[in-house]
Amino acid sequence: MGEGYVVTSGKGGVGKTTTTANIGTALAMLGYRVVLVDADIGLRNLDVVLGLENRIVYDLVDVAEGRCRLRQALIRDRRLEGLYLLPAAQTKDKTAISPDQMKELCAEIKKECDFVFMDCPAGIEQGFRNATAGAEKAIVVTTPEVAAVRDADRIIGLLEASDIRSPLLVINRIRPRMVRMGDMLDVNDVIEHLAIELLGIVPDDELIITSTNRGEPAVLNSNSKAGQAYRNIARRVAGEDVPYMDLENGEGFIERIRRMLGLRTG
Amino acid sequence: MIELLQRIFGRQTSKSSKNVAQERLRLVLMHDRLDLSPQLLEDLRTDLLNVIKEYMVIDEGSMDIDLDHDKECVALVANIPVVRMKRLPSN
Ligand SMILES: Nc1ncnc2c1ncn2[C@@H]1O[C@H](COP(=O)(O)OP(=O)(O)OP(=O)(O)O)[C@@H](O)[C@H]1O
Ligand SMILES: [Mg+2]
Repeated sequence: MGEGYVVTSGKGGVGKTTTTANIGTALAMLGYRVVLVDADIGLRNLDVVLGLENRIVYDLVDVAEGRCRLRQALIRDRRLEGLYLLPAAQTKDKTAISPDQMKELCAEIKKECDFVFMDCPAGIEQGFRNATAGAEKAIVVTTPEVAAVRDADRIIGLLEASDIRSPLLVINRIRPRMVRMGDMLDVNDVIEHLAIELLGIVPDDELIITSTNRGEPAVLNSNSKAGQAYRNIARRVAGEDVPYMDLENGEGFIERIRRMLGLRTG
Repeated sequence: MIELLQRIFGRQTSKSSKNVAQERLRLVLMHDRLDLSPQLLEDLRTDLLNVIKEYMVIDEGSMDIDLDHDKECVALVANIPVVRMKRLPSN
């Protein structure tokens, strides 16, 4: 019986879809059977990030309404054994599926895999309730910004009022240089405010954008720091104890001076 | 010049944007979380009452508990008329 996670944030654009795609792919790389559910109905995204957009035939709402069987709608990733996507419906309205239907659907999916991740839409309306309905655990994504942390706090309150206990935190898009300069909230600041368990920290990384352009999650790229961070997170999800990434790594005093003087560092 | 040096050495000036963000976040979360449901406030009232009743007899009918807040801070204000103190074993 698989575990169900909802990946949520409150605020839009902080990296839920990126996080879902990368944790899912990394868990499949570790040999787990993973189903990623795009619960962002009307704003399908996860298929593109995974590079599976051309292979969609049926979607979530088709399954819920009985137009096809679950197996027919699941798209298998050709790069990795054990990774599947259940795409969101693109044109239908957001109320096309109810939390109860979602719960039932997730229960069916969990019979077939080790992990299910629901990529939640932004906001706190029905889309959020649908995405959380089938989950017993939650990953809250935020960036180190006032508005994002504030919305994360609201979401944590809502999650705790539902059946989901102890949500886990991912802090995304950290820029170590700005943190050092005192121009960005650091990991401890954010944890202190939100007071939930930290699952991982992910640096801001241009390779996230190029890998999204290609439809290949960054965890498949061994040069990506964000990819490394997501591989670590996946191992923690799988129950391993992995130390947090040292984002300061590689830049000491000399490098800092060189950068201040506009010299390129290696 | 001082600021440049501080920047090179990575020190934070007291007005760094991070510190501003910290303070704004603290206030905004405090105000968001103040939105306690009436049920929660009622639970708090009952719990408080039970603790206080071990030490003194109070006038439950005219007791008043509320959160008071302005821009800078929040206070839990309780007005609880004491009818009489209980005789505690240690006295
Ligand atoms: N660590 C990162 N480094 C650089 N860019 C990032 C990082 N994480 C996310 N992004 C970029 O931020 C944008 C938003 O990310 P994403 O779509 O994952 O957010 P979302 O929370 O799913 O958004 P929405 O609320 O619209 O569903 C994307 O363009 C993505 O490439
Ligand atoms: Mg998204």
